[in-house]
Amino acid sequence: MFSFCGDPSVLDGLAWLSCYLTTGTHMLFYASFGVVLLLLAITAPIALLFGYGGAMASRSRIAPVRWLGKLYTSMVRGVPDIVFFLFVPIALDQGLEWLRHQALCDSDAPVRQGNDFVVCAAAKLPLSTSPEWIHDIYAMALAVIAFSVVFGAFAANVLYGAMQAVPRAQLETAEAYGMTPRQISRRILVPQMWTYALPGLSNLWMILIKATPLLFLLGIEDIVYWARELGGAKTSSFAYPHPDWRLYYFIAVLVFYLLMTWVSERVLDRVTARLTRGQATMAGEAQRKAVAP
Amino acid sequence: MTCAQTILDYGLRSLGIGERLLPRTDFTLCQQVTLIGSGLIWNLYFAFFALLFGFFLATALALAKTSTNPWLRKPADGFIFLFRGSPLFIQFFLAYEALVLLPRSGIEIFGMTVATSWLAKAWAGALIVLMLNTAAYSAQIFHGALMAVPKGDIEAAEAYGMTGWTKFRRVLWPTMLRLAWPSYTNEAIFLFHATTLVFFSGFPAFQQRGDSLYYASYFAGQTFNPFVAYPIVAGYFIVSTLALIGLFGIVNRRLNRHLPGAAGRIKYRPQVIR
Repeated sequence: MFSFCGDPSVLDGLAWLSCYLTTGTHMLFYASFGVVLLLLAITAPIALLFGYGGAMASRSRIAPVRWLGKLYTSMVRGVPDIVFFLFVPIALDQGLEWLRHQALCDSDAPVRQGNDFVVCAAAKLPLSTSPEWIHDIYAMALAVIAFSVVFGAFAANVLYGAMQAVPRAQLETAEAYGMTPRQISRRILVPQMWTYALPGLSNLWMILIKATPLLFLLGIEDIVYWARELGGAKTSSFAYPHPDWRLYYFIAVLVFYLLMTWVSERVLDRVTARLTRGQATMAGEAQRKAVAP
Repeated sequence: MTCAQTILDYGLRSLGIGERLLPRTDFTLCQQVTLIGSGLIWNLYFAFFALLFGFFLATALALAKTSTNPWLRKPADGFIFLFRGSPLFIQFFLAYEALVLLPRSGIEIFGMTVATSWLAKAWAGALIVLMLNTAAYSAQIFHGALMAVPKGDIEAAEAYGMTGWTKFRRVLWPTMLRLAWPSYTNEAIFLFHATTLVFFSGFPAFQQRGDSLYYASYFAGQTFNPFVAYPIVAGYFIVSTLALIGLFGIVNRRLNRHLPGAAGRIKYRPQVIR
């Protein structure tokens, strides 16, 4: 990157290090931190949406919808979510390819032949002719869906509890004003539930941050992947030979995560304080007394 | 090959007993159920010992965290922040990379050679990480419970002339456990679920002796069919989780036996990954 980096073998000390840390592969390593942040930014709202849908379904008056909602919220309870992270992307991929196989292929051959999953070339997802970045985006999209499904189920649990915690009297007052169920839900239930949902949701956010290294299991080139690649011992045939430095790379990754959780904790504390303002809860009362002694 | 024969061959495969080679073709349902079940031994092993050792470490950490002496409190705070603030997955990788850097021939201490190569094996290295991790999470729970011990209980203990260790053992500790138990049950379940991460995170499965998810992903990879192996793991884990909840429920009733009607059912609130 710098002008003096032309021949790494003559460099030493700080110059060597500055050149080493700015190689092309290191730039990809730094970019992968962005991938983690991107995953968080995309997954959190989608998971919240899934969770909202799940919580609403669990409260539904129509029994089959309610059962479906309950099933969704309870499916993550007994089963480790890593199972879901491994299962959902493959299952989704095969499901989509099977659908395309039915629609696009002429052959009547079954997709499962012995130990192979075979679809015709036109049904492949993404098509084998498509460029590399499409494959990357497809893999990332599957990962986002897997994360959203699992964390949506967690969020559904939290939001369901929060909706139950909104004081009954407030909803009854709204009824007395002649609001329809839809209006009550939009004007009272949803605005009021956040203060009750926030402890659970902030916990969930922390868990989501700490779940992001699992992207590695899904075959995404994330920080864990690059930390292993770059840290591994490099022989003298490489431009920058070094012994096994994986420990240092993982320490850097660890510090990144500690910073993330530390910053999140500070921010969430502020959001909690803001949402507690004026609420008929113990924390809200304490806040009111602190302001007006 | 009959199913009974398969169970004989592969039932303890995860411990290295029985058939050496994993099945390569013509996977039967029986093989999958047996091998994945045999892998569950590792999950149970990790969960049991991590919880056992972690429990005592967590109690010590919680006490250190309440201490007024900064030399005790600060390290406990730092330890808890370190293990609660970072992903378990990264902790596994980091521990493995650190443990393989130890000299192969062992370390010389006072003229004795202490072997270190066993530390990089999953049964020891991963167990240590899981133990420290659960200790940090449980210490936070225990600390919260310790803070919530009613003032009256402590005053009553002091009125009886109890001090120090006696007061802790007979009043503080039982009450702390009673208050913390529902959350601690959840923590135990998360830890049990987290044991599936071990063989995906650096620690190699020696001679393909892995845990249940290791075998499940082996089958899913070989057959390109995730719809059989993963539901089997899920089934095993649901049953084990229910057993765990039952076991902890018994302890909960024992802890609350002097309070009629207080031992409600423990509500399990999931938040699996750390």
